[in-house]
Amino acid sequence: MKFSEQWLREWVNPNIGSQELMDQITMAGLEVDGFEPVAGEFSGVVVGEVQSVEPHPDADKLRVCQVSDGEQTVQVVCGAPNVRPGLKVPFAVVGAVLPGNFKIKKAKLRGQPSEGMLCSESELALSDNHEGLMELPEDAPVGQEMADYLKLNDITIDVDLTPNRSDCLSIKGIAREVGVLNSLVVSEPAIEPVEAAHSEVPDIRVEAPEGCPRYLGRVLRNVNLKAETPLWMQEKLRRSGIRSIDAAVDVTNYVMLELGQPMHAFDRDEISGGIIVRMAKPAEKLVLLDGQEVELTEETLVIADHEKPIAIAGVMGGEHSGVSEKTRDLVLESAYFDPITLAGKARHYGLHTDASHRFERGVDYSLARDAMERATALLMDIVGGEPGEIVEVASDEHLPSDRTIDLREQRLTDVLGLAIDRTKVEEILTRLGLHIDKLLKDGWRISVPSFRPDITIEEDLIEEVGRIFGYNNLPVTEPTGSLGLVAREEAKRPVSAIRNYFVAQGYQEAVTYSFVDPKVQKLVDPERDGIALANPISADLSVMRTTLWSGLLKTVAYNQNRQQPRIRLFETGLRFEQNDERIDQQPMLAGVVVGGQYPENWANGRRTADFFDVKGELEGLFRLLGIDVQFIASQHPALHPGQTAELMRDGEHVGWLGTLHPQVQKNLELNGTILMFELFLNSIVTGYVPNFKEISKFPEVRRDLAIIIGSDVAFADVERVARKHAGERLTALRAFDVYEGESLGEGNRSLALSLFWQHPERTLNEDEVHSLFTGVIDALKEELGATLRS
Amino acid sequence: MENLEQLVQDGLSAVESADSLQALDQIRVEYLGKKGVITQQAKTLGKLSPEERPAAGQKINEAKGQVEQAINSRRTDLEKAAIEAKLASESIDVTLPGRGQDLGGLHPVTRTLQRIEEIFSRAGYSVEQGPEIEDDYHNFEALNIPGHHPARAMHDTFYFNPGTLLRTHTSPVQIRTMEAGKPPFRMICPGRVYRCDSDMTHTPMFHQVEGLLVEKNVSFADLKSTVEEFLRVFFERDLEVRFRPSYFPFTEPSAEVDIEWGREPDGSIKWLEVMGCGMVHPKVFEYCGIDAEEYRGFAFGLGVERLAMLRYGVNDLRMFFENDLRFLRQFR
Repeated sequence: MKFSEQWLREWVNPNIGSQELMDQITMAGLEVDGFEPVAGEFSGVVVGEVQSVEPHPDADKLRVCQVSDGEQTVQVVCGAPNVRPGLKVPFAVVGAVLPGNFKIKKAKLRGQPSEGMLCSESELALSDNHEGLMELPEDAPVGQEMADYLKLNDITIDVDLTPNRSDCLSIKGIAREVGVLNSLVVSEPAIEPVEAAHSEVPDIRVEAPEGCPRYLGRVLRNVNLKAETPLWMQEKLRRSGIRSIDAAVDVTNYVMLELGQPMHAFDRDEISGGIIVRMAKPAEKLVLLDGQEVELTEETLVIADHEKPIAIAGVMGGEHSGVSEKTRDLVLESAYFDPITLAGKARHYGLHTDASHRFERGVDYSLARDAMERATALLMDIVGGEPGEIVEVASDEHLPSDRTIDLREQRLTDVLGLAIDRTKVEEILTRLGLHIDKLLKDGWRISVPSFRPDITIEEDLIEEVGRIFGYNNLPVTEPTGSLGLVAREEAKRPVSAIRNYFVAQGYQEAVTYSFVDPKVQKLVDPERDGIALANPISADLSVMRTTLWSGLLKTVAYNQNRQQPRIRLFETGLRFEQNDERIDQQPMLAGVVVGGQYPENWANGRRTADFFDVKGELEGLFRLLGIDVQFIASQHPALHPGQTAELMRDGEHVGWLGTLHPQVQKNLELNGTILMFELFLNSIVTGYVPNFKEISKFPEVRRDLAIIIGSDVAFADVERVARKHAGERLTALRAFDVYEGESLGEGNRSLALSLFWQHPERTLNEDEVHSLFTGVIDALKEELGATLRS
Repeated sequence: MENLEQLVQDGLSAVESADSLQALDQIRVEYLGKKGVITQQAKTLGKLSPEERPAAGQKINEAKGQVEQAINSRRTDLEKAAIEAKLASESIDVTLPGRGQDLGGLHPVTRTLQRIEEIFSRAGYSVEQGPEIEDDYHNFEALNIPGHHPARAMHDTFYFNPGTLLRTHTSPVQIRTMEAGKPPFRMICPGRVYRCDSDMTHTPMFHQVEGLLVEKNVSFADLKSTVEEFLRVFFERDLEVRFRPSYFPFTEPSAEVDIEWGREPDGSIKWLEVMGCGMVHPKVFEYCGIDAEEYRGFAFGLGVERLAMLRYGVNDLRMFFENDLRFLRQFR
């Protein structure tokens, strides 16, 4: 809400400067977002009067004028179309400085001397309006400084109100706050009932009293809407961010700003029959004041006549029934619309109006009549006319009920952490317009005025007291609490340990969006559909990720496009999957690696990272976590068919490791061999608690063997067979060489293995080791077709 | 006996000119070995009278000792020279960079989150997690934001369908934690949150940390100290903190927290909004089945990127999610 400081000070005028006033308002919870002067900085501009206007001898569009500044008359050349004799205008005399440090000097325009300049509103930075000169009222005193005449020593203050404080969407409301904060009485304009001059009353029927518990109408006949809104009112509106339209609209806006009651004026002749407040009928249409035609929904409360809707209640009037210069008779509307009925309606039609903003937050439900009287009086001052009686249709049953709330002194003390003096509490409450109905043994019974719909429970009152007392005047104490210990699972490693592990392996952590480009995701996870957002921010962030790879690969592309050849990234976060009715949100750990395995330097060489580099890093992770994970040759649509491992733990799928499929890589426009992994975090974080085993005092025996075996036989199978036959005293088995070459024959490879045996209680003898060793060799021959390499 | 002296002289000069340990050993054998020329002198003792023998024997022993000492000393010199030669040949350029893996780094958001978690967990706060795809009830309803509430408009919510959405704040984790347990509570919930907004100063995803403390006797004054201390501990500075009345549907009273961040040209404090907080609204307790007469609580929430930007001087929010390596590497 924007308002003029001067206007506020007409209501309540604390003896503090503008900045202090704004700080005070902010610290009361009405955050001042900013302020700006109501006009540009200028000097030497006075009220001038155009005495005569002659054509310029050498220029069609220029005129030569004689202008009085109150003391003398000088010649000014002017190009504005609305310059005419008798016009009063802002006149920048020679020596004046206009906004932007524009100095006015004597000049010649197409040969004609010109001493000074006649100004538009935009030239004084009063508004953007540069269509012609600013026209001042006839009674403007010639020669007076414009800054004094318009009282331009003023600022527009912009407060960013929280949605609960609808009471402060008016000068009256803000003045009330300033009054409380400074312990000052607020002076309000007196509002007197306007006497009826005729007996015509509008026919009003409220068919939807839930949505419109109160509706007031009044006919104002024989108005002159050609009459101009007085400058003081135009200026107040302008300084509150509202453009002057015509007297009827200006007055309703003025009353809205002043008191907080949005109003509307209809052209009586365009209302067929009478006014009906009802819900819209299906497919009803209405052309709004802004020219757009909307199709109304049945949830929309409308103001209608006997034939058609004429306004969306509390949002915007219709074009057809709007007032114009030709309007002779008006129907004024002042109503209370229910916030819940109106909630979201304006937005539904792509609208947000000053009226809807207020009604949605809750207007004072007792204000309508005062506002009607105030508007009638103001309007008649401008446009004349004869008022009729006010017709009020109200449904007590649907109006908000008056509330009384008990405030306990002890509760106030407990919540705020300070016992505030009783008289101070009472003063705060009373100045806020809350009424102390009764002093209770342990507190107060408070009745809440109709302008504070936000106060409904005791805590609301506590906040009011705390807020006005000042949060920063409340004490600071440290909380006390139980010192109970919390269970910690030793076998479970925190995710931070996993992150730190990858950091130590040279990985940079990334955080990518949880919603991704469906095209990218289709490439890396074609078998699953990401859950789609109904209102995505853009098409490339429109589905929830089913794998962290979607975001990581985009990050690879981003960095490759920025000359980063070596990329090692990991990320942790949720992936999202729809399984029938259920949405699964699984924490994942994923990584991508491309480029050199080590940073390039003299000693590291330039070896590109390959599958076994990343596998080794994952094995290291599994050792850290204390878990046993198998890598099973498998297939994944996004991975290279010959370089894909499915990761299994105790028969449970825990993730994938592989090389990005070259076709997918090409489609994603990525370079290099890209290794990727993704693991289910919950499946890997819990390992074991160490359990000590006696260290054997007896020697370990080692035997090596080399076999030639089909290349299609997995090492895992060789290991499985060997372990099966190596007996229970086998302590380790390692592959120390893998070789493929022509000499072995096509489809073959050579594997060299070391086997280690040790007995906890005695030295193993040569015979038993030999027998186990040959057992292993025989089994490899028989079960896997291996031959011993000579 | 002149012969003996001559032998000693010969031996000493031979030792002197020996240029290797091998040559030195040969000299030892030649002079002091069983058949060595000085050792052999003992045989001449037989020709002497018993009275002369002891003196002559002592002379031979002295001669042996003289040569032996010279050999030992020469050996030490030669050994030392050998080690020095070896060391000289093994010299390397220690200024060349080392071998092996580079260090990666945590994302600045994670770094900040971990710092916040550490600060609070030391004061006994637990760290709780919750779903990011939330239902309307936990994200809004149970936080006292009913369907028509104007606060919903401030949230720019991403929806999947009318009842399912991306959480707009971490506050629903409060609700889930309170639903699942019994008071007292002392917890924080860090995590990703989403708002349908994207420009210079907004990203559609960002991170929040929500804090909640529920005890039998807790007040706004306790909230003030917790928030103030946190900010001073986090920024490692004794900065000014102020509480400004504000509005959140799930707290009452509510406040926004500003910290001192530099000075205005006129010397007054420049305030910067960093957090929101308040006393838990009785309605929220009611939704979670907690008696608001018996327990009170406070809650606070902060934007992680905002704190990270202030702490590390990052000037563009969007950089956090571009994951440019040149940006990320600055936080290791």
